[in-house]
Amino acid sequence: MSRLHIETTVNGEPAEFLCAADETLLSGLRNGLGLTGTKEGCGTGDCGACSVIMNDRLVASCLVLAAEAQGQSVTTIEGIASGTTLHPLQQAFLEEAALQCGICTPGFIVAAKALLDVNPEPTEEQVRYWLAGNLCRCTGYDKIVRAVLEAAGEMRSATV
Amino acid sequence: MHTVRYEAPGTIAGALDIMASAPGAMVLAGGTDLLVQYQSGLKRPAVFLDVKRIPEMMAIVVDADGATIGAAAPAAVICADRTLQAWYPGLVEGVHLIGSTQIQGRGSIGGNLCNGSPAADSVCALIADRAVARIAGPTGTREVPVEAFMRGPGRTALAPGELLVAVRLPKPAPHTADAYQRLIPRSEMDIAVASCGVSLTFDATGTCTAARVAIGAVAPTPLLVLDAAAALVGTTVDPEALDRAAAAASAAAHPIDDRRGTAAYRRTVVGVLTKRVAALAAARAKER
Amino acid sequence: MSAPTFTAVGTRPIRHDGVDKVTGRANYGADLSLPGMLYGVVVRSPHTHARIVSIDTSAAAKVPGVKGIVTGKDVPLIDAKLGMGEGALDLKDLSDNALARSKALYHGHAVAAIAATSLAAAHEAAALVRVEYEILEPVLTVDRAMESGAPILHDTMTTQARPPIEQSGPTNVAGRMELRRGDIEQGFRDADVIVEHVFRTPTSHQGYIEPHACVARVNEDGRISIWTSTQGPFLVRDATAMMLGLDAANVKVTPSEIGGGFGGKIPVYLEPLAVLLARMTQRPVKMVMTRDEVFRATGPTSATKIRMKMGAKRDGTIVAASASLYYEAGAYRGSPSGAGAMCAFAPYRIPNFFIEAYDVVVNKPKVAAYRAPGSPMAALATESLIDEIATQLGLDKVEIRLKNAVQEGDLAPYGPPYGRIGFREVLEQVRNSDHWKSAVKPGVGRGLACGFWFNAGMSSSATVTLGADGSAAVVTGNPDIGGTRAAQALMVAEELGVPVERVRPSVADTDTAGYTDLTAGSRTCYATGMAVVEASRDVREQLRGRAAKIWGVPIEETRWEHGRVEPVNPSADRQPLTVAEIAAKLSKTGGPIIGRAAVNPPMAGPAFAAHICDLEVDRETGCSRVVRYTAVQDVGKAVHPSYVEGQMQGGASQGIGWALNEEYVYNASGVMENAGFLDYRMPVASDLPMIDTILVEVPTPGHPYGVRGVGEVPIVPPLAAVANAMADATGIRFTELPLSPPRVLARLLEEAPAAVGAGA
Repeated sequence: MSRLHIETTVNGEPAEFLCAADETLLSGLRNGLGLTGTKEGCGTGDCGACSVIMNDRLVASCLVLAAEAQGQSVTTIEGIASGTTLHPLQQAFLEEAALQCGICTPGFIVAAKALLDVNPEPTEEQVRYWLAGNLCRCTGYDKIVRAVLEAAGEMRSATV
Repeated sequence: MHTVRYEAPGTIAGALDIMASAPGAMVLAGGTDLLVQYQSGLKRPAVFLDVKRIPEMMAIVVDADGATIGAAAPAAVICADRTLQAWYPGLVEGVHLIGSTQIQGRGSIGGNLCNGSPAADSVCALIADRAVARIAGPTGTREVPVEAFMRGPGRTALAPGELLVAVRLPKPAPHTADAYQRLIPRSEMDIAVASCGVSLTFDATGTCTAARVAIGAVAPTPLLVLDAAAALVGTTVDPEALDRAAAAASAAAHPIDDRRGTAAYRRTVVGVLTKRVAALAAARAKER
Repeated sequence: MSAPTFTAVGTRPIRHDGVDKVTGRANYGADLSLPGMLYGVVVRSPHTHARIVSIDTSAAAKVPGVKGIVTGKDVPLIDAKLGMGEGALDLKDLSDNALARSKALYHGHAVAAIAATSLAAAHEAAALVRVEYEILEPVLTVDRAMESGAPILHDTMTTQARPPIEQSGPTNVAGRMELRRGDIEQGFRDADVIVEHVFRTPTSHQGYIEPHACVARVNEDGRISIWTSTQGPFLVRDATAMMLGLDAANVKVTPSEIGGGFGGKIPVYLEPLAVLLARMTQRPVKMVMTRDEVFRATGPTSATKIRMKMGAKRDGTIVAASASLYYEAGAYRGSPSGAGAMCAFAPYRIPNFFIEAYDVVVNKPKVAAYRAPGSPMAALATESLIDEIATQLGLDKVEIRLKNAVQEGDLAPYGPPYGRIGFREVLEQVRNSDHWKSAVKPGVGRGLACGFWFNAGMSSSATVTLGADGSAAVVTGNPDIGGTRAAQALMVAEELGVPVERVRPSVADTDTAGYTDLTAGSRTCYATGMAVVEASRDVREQLRGRAAKIWGVPIEETRWEHGRVEPVNPSADRQPLTVAEIAAKLSKTGGPIIGRAAVNPPMAGPAFAAHICDLEVDRETGCSRVVRYTAVQDVGKAVHPSYVEGQMQGGASQGIGWALNEEYVYNASGVMENAGFLDYRMPVASDLPMIDTILVEVPTPGHPYGVRGVGEVPIVPPLAAVANAMADATGIRFTELPLSPPRVLARLLEEAPAAVGAGA
């Protein structure tokens, strides 16, 4: 079975890799491009650890074929910070202690960024429902939700 | 060794050609069911037929008589559409409940229908809203009412070589509204244990003149419950009428015990849901 | 002794591993790839209980890309025990569990492992392994397992019993122990009110988000390297070596970052298989479990049945209690029933009690530790009965607990007197909390429950090195599962006066770090923390020596004061020296400074917690939702309060999930039907409110800062707190978990049909 040559954009840069027709985007990112920041927790779209933004929409990369990325634009956790400047969400996660083991953290930050991209002033309830597809077993979500609300406020005041 | 191809045609005709030449082709829309079933070995397609590059399968078209929703249009796009929100709030509620935000980014009404689950969250509202499925095939196109599209768990009205292209919904009549709710143990992320979609039309005096009640996850397919609708028509959807509709819905249900809930539980709560959803639809309709 | 004052401890710096973890740079178990690496998969039993007649791997071996296949025959038969502080591990059971030899004892039990050049090839080969099974009747409950005539899982199993019992042939009862005090019959005769129930809890899983993963490589010199996600790198080293008959000196284990464990990443599952395959193929082998495998084949915690009876005087004084605990061990001995027995009555002064605890094997995966193993289920029983007694007697739920609460000097049910403990302080904080004083909303029930956990001591090592720039590095052997690097850095900063950002904490491999027991038992901050403090104080002593040298005085004329070395007799040329000033002269005063410490402290002071839960119940559907929650806990001393709060919030939410929805759903043949996150329903963000925390700090004697373990006790109260809230909301005492909507609605319809639809 010959492999497919995929040309895509990842974190704003052109990227190409080879993949099998049935390989997931998650595998393409991790194994094809070495971007292991995107994690696999379940492989069935139920935990959100593999969240990436594809063409402005949040998706579970374990439920996207790598081949589908042809010509598309993908943002992963590695593309959230600007160079050495952390994104306000990343900074807020650190300051609020919103991670314990940290395995779910990349997915949460990517998902939260997708939220703030469309809703810069979410309520606590909106944050909780938007992030319901991201499982965290360590924190009880309290500090994660606080971090997202904190980052949203930070970003709003930065744009005023 | 199992080999599989990936194809992404740009037209319906192109997709039908692939389906004709490769009988094991499976349509990949959002992939949120297919890829899970593929990983678990439940489905072994010869071709992943990605239909998301076919414009009419991704489009939402609104005209004077109603709306056409491309079978592969993602839930997130459907839920953000102002006209759909205004005309079919119940359908939008149902579509919004298909999985997490991540699933919303990919999952579609077409996939929800073709997966053939009796618990599919968009389907009860589609049935209540009198939606029809538009099907393209080797011999042309045909339309099937959504309540006749689902044939059993994992089974649909699609013949081999046929493709679900879109669903078509009529524009709601005056004083008409729909609603949808499901019951799940958590607040999110679960498959419906029971569900209900209702569309009600009222006359100027506040009497219900038309009703459609569909229930899900309580039978091999979502059910259109005529008795429940009959209990509401000709009433003001008062508490007694709601109780009768609830009883009719419970009576129509013939659920099973499974890991998500017991049959007895489903039968009881589908009545509770019918009551709540019909009351919600009535409140909405009376505001119009 | 006056309370110590702190400069660094108790502050909330950004964790040192944080930036790597928010940018995706941190490497977890599945993130490592090596050149030439093969992919390993496991072939698992499709039967719940079956004798393995034969295994034919010939067809699988022919699949292109397959490089090696191992079965139980390839694992040496070792009959040995591995001491692990809290209890010896039976190596034969461990290795049998990793790869079945003669019998498959649960659905998902490993029977073969395959390494191939691609995952696809390995999976294809796995499907071609032909195993002939003789299917046996499965044993799925403790009730069935203990019946006479029940199928026996292990032909040679006898009951490990304290006190000894008469043995009559092979049994499924792996263990029995009992604890007693006073005169139980007289105690119940003295009681004015007696309550008794049988409680049941389901099999539930730790639910860490990262599946088990490892890479093994055999180096050219025969030494073996293992990279793995584990709570105990030294345990992985020793257990893997012993199971495979290797010299542990030739095995190096490097812990990756760990994506959650909660006790579930203590056992070894994949590592011995990866090593066997790597030896066979002479290539690195990577193995990663799927989520399905994690549920089916790694340790959940015990399903339990507990019969408990409690008697009290009219004023609420508990005078007698008895309990029989039956805990499923899964396929091999080792349920936490003994710990459950020791914890059950630990918070209360009960003059007459009797507890017996059974460890029972069934055809389910071998249980693993899960956060305060055994205690939450016991607390469900104890705290439900106390709640019921209080309700019957019309007593306040806090006051009845205060009346019976243990304090310093009281005997623990397992023997020794308690030292300084903070249970009464915790209850007083509950009484004074906004939550407890607030009105309960209509349609909502409020529950209170308490919990106890021991907190482990055991062995730990640490080194602290001082840089010439005045910065410090601390090295330990405990994988950082929730902020322990930051806590250790705070301790170094506290002892040396170095800014915490200039302390570099790291977790080292088993060749680099001194021997250190598990990241488990709530022991890392306590025991490893003690090692870090002592190693830092060793550095301080050496700094005094250098200052003495600089000043030309004997060391006795220096002292550590105000975060620097000060001369006992100051003079113009003897001014106090900061760490940075001494560090700058290291090369001229004797070279580098390395502090070291190895400790083996006793058990830390036990931890007590009390949780308040407000539960809203939909009486028409049985659905419920936690709408307010407060966790109160004696934490000894919070080193990094944010991560202490995080432990309390996380434990509470795991316990809420266990109480409301989580359970293994088995079919009649013992196959788990919900082996995924869709249907194994852990709480999601929208299920929970903010979880308020109240930290009570009653220092542990014997620890330099008074630290107690904090990680485990927060999962003990929630089961009962939720059940008590449900009882308050519905008037119905539920004794079986989870409180899932079908179960709740069935009871509501049965016991209060008229009320349904009228409430809320």
